[in-house]
Amino acid sequence: MAEKLLQVRDLYLYFRTMKGVVQAVDGIDLDMNRDDALAVIGESGCGKTSFIRAILRLLPRNVDTYKGSVVLLDTDIMKLSDERFRTHVRWQQMSMVAQAAMNALNPVLKVGDQVSEPLVVHRRIPKKQALAQAAEVFRMVGVPADFLDRYSFELSGGMRQRAILAMALITQPDLVILDEPTSALDMLTQANIMNVLKGIKRDLQQSFIFITHDVSTTSELADRGVVMYAGHIVEISSAEQFFLNPFHPYSQKLMASVPTLKVRKDLEFIPGRPPTLINPPQGCRFAPRCERRFDLCEQEPPLFALEDGRQVKCWLYK
Amino acid sequence: MRRLKSLFMTLGKYPTSIIALVIIMVLLTVSIVTVITIPYSEARRLWSTSSQAWEDYPKRAEPVWTNWFRGGGSKLPPTIIRSTKDVEPLSVESLGSAGVAKETITEIVFDFPYRVHPSELGLTFDAVFETSAPFARITWITPDGREYQVYDSAIYKRRHSLSSDQPLQRALGTFPLLGLFSSPDETLRELSYETATTPQQGTYTLRVLARTFEAESTLDVKLIVYGRVSGIAGTDHMRRGLIIGLLWGTPIALMFGLLAAVGSTMVTFIIAAIGVWFGGWVDSVIQRITEVNLMLPLLPILVMLGIFYTPNIITILGVVILLNIFSTAIKTYRALFMQVKNSPYIEAARAYGAGGFRIIFRYMIPKVAPILIPAFVTLTPGYVFLEAALAFLGVGDISLPTWGKILNNANTEGALFQGQFYWVLEPAFMLLITGLAFAMLGFALDRIFNPRLRGI
Repeated sequence: MAEKLLQVRDLYLYFRTMKGVVQAVDGIDLDMNRDDALAVIGESGCGKTSFIRAILRLLPRNVDTYKGSVVLLDTDIMKLSDERFRTHVRWQQMSMVAQAAMNALNPVLKVGDQVSEPLVVHRRIPKKQALAQAAEVFRMVGVPADFLDRYSFELSGGMRQRAILAMALITQPDLVILDEPTSALDMLTQANIMNVLKGIKRDLQQSFIFITHDVSTTSELADRGVVMYAGHIVEISSAEQFFLNPFHPYSQKLMASVPTLKVRKDLEFIPGRPPTLINPPQGCRFAPRCERRFDLCEQEPPLFALEDGRQVKCWLYK
Repeated sequence: MRRLKSLFMTLGKYPTSIIALVIIMVLLTVSIVTVITIPYSEARRLWSTSSQAWEDYPKRAEPVWTNWFRGGGSKLPPTIIRSTKDVEPLSVESLGSAGVAKETITEIVFDFPYRVHPSELGLTFDAVFETSAPFARITWITPDGREYQVYDSAIYKRRHSLSSDQPLQRALGTFPLLGLFSSPDETLRELSYETATTPQQGTYTLRVLARTFEAESTLDVKLIVYGRVSGIAGTDHMRRGLIIGLLWGTPIALMFGLLAAVGSTMVTFIIAAIGVWFGGWVDSVIQRITEVNLMLPLLPILVMLGIFYTPNIITILGVVILLNIFSTAIKTYRALFMQVKNSPYIEAARAYGAGGFRIIFRYMIPKVAPILIPAFVTLTPGYVFLEAALAFLGVGDISLPTWGKILNNANTEGALFQGQFYWVLEPAFMLLITGLAFAMLGFALDRIFNPRLRGI
């Protein structure tokens, strides 16, 4: 049995806005083992990014509710003070590749300086040594070491992405969170980055959570798929099961919208739009768009545990 | 270095900035040379009211170069100094039997080709003796040969003013200056400054008969015909050459202006960044302090400070910086930092666990810092003027020669009412070109560093 890495229970993250309270993360439970690669899949605005922000405590100013428990290797990191969280959790245990990673490099710092910053900040390692380690990680992600001495604008998109990835890996954290790591890249670079990630997963047994709305690239890397809809997790299953036979009606629709090479099919879409998270529908949140809804859908379904460790939040699987 | 070079290349595209750079370079060179050649203590000594350095200089004399613009007839006389030391005596005679006392007759001669009277006439005695003071009889001989005895006494003081000598005035029947320079056809009793004609031109002679009564005793007499032009900057009411004030005013003005601009801008910048990053009550406090501070009148506060504490220039500089930290610029920088704060790379820095101050100083400030460079330059003349204004109002170090101090003197001495325009125009010109140079450079830099103005 693999070691338990992350255990999320009843995680809530609400934001205050002019229009009302946005229930971006609305009671999420999730377990993750070491060496797991977890793909969080969902449409835009379903709370994926808010979910990992809640884990990493990267919160904007307008937080309304932020509660629950996030146990990372026996420590409930929700109970840590901000300062302790900053110095002991961020980049020591968890690192993140931010969304729009292309712009995540400081334009006025050299890439090497920046990639080695976490070591300087957290480990108090002298600059020179930190740079040597950065060169090491650069090699791992496939960036020539002499790029350390360049500024971010001198790097191509793929290079930048890899530099950011190097930065996330440099402290060898327990968990790396990738927020849409390939969203702004061309197909070839995407494939390249995915291969780098696969290599890292294979060689370092690195645990990943990565967020995506690109189902196809996910299939390459993920061990398990987590589908989010309107601030809830609606399905958790192993990658194979998920891609071959999704259970939740939303997952099924999601998969049906992805083109496949071998089978000729009409692409489907889901009518309507994801509900606003300010005033989410009562009961099952997917019900208004669901073709298979019935009376029970008036009430909110729990996350049913099925065989093979699959979990589905739908009355159909009662 | 490469970037500095490219900056200068870009600056080269704006002709005004080249002029500005030349002026600033000149001012900087003047400052450096001044500070090296006339050290601070020397400048203070020269400018102090008790200084003897200026006794051979005329009062309120115009700069020498003003004569270039005057026709031959109206050229103003410069100061003429002649000393018995520099000429061989006509005769040396021993007096009495002891052979100790001597009588020396010396003639000193000077040309006076000007059609305007000198401003003053003075004698300086350089007497060496132990107990018995030397005696002098001095005769003034006009070009046409008239002789006037202008001094006939033992030497009891070092300086003797002929032009304000009352007994001499009574003896001549008119002001000594008019009488001694009169033409043979003039009646001395009718001469006054209202009716005075031009002085007689030609070669004047001063015959000095000196008697010394001790073996080692000597007497040298120096004649000073105080002119109406002096030096390249003219003199003030205390005979001081304005050049000292103008020269020493340059490093002081530049130092004050640059330090105040850089100091206040940098602190403002950092405070704005801190306010934006930490937000909440920190930001609110900074903003409220700024709003209150904007209401405070700077000049009256500084004048009050000057009256109560007579501060030196460094203290004034400190207070000026302090009062300018929470200025309108804080609002401008705040808006800039607000944008930067939400950039993805700041978020990334937060994610890897960088602390607040690390983010402020390594991520936020370097990003916006280039806009500070034009700010330094454009703000500098304001502080130069402020320093001049304070000196003009009499706040600050009295013994330090500055442009504002010269203007202050010119004002209290009524320079403009007496037609001494140079006294006001010279410091004003220095202030003007300093302000102009920095303003022109600032505009050019602003175009280079401020992306919104680029290409306009």
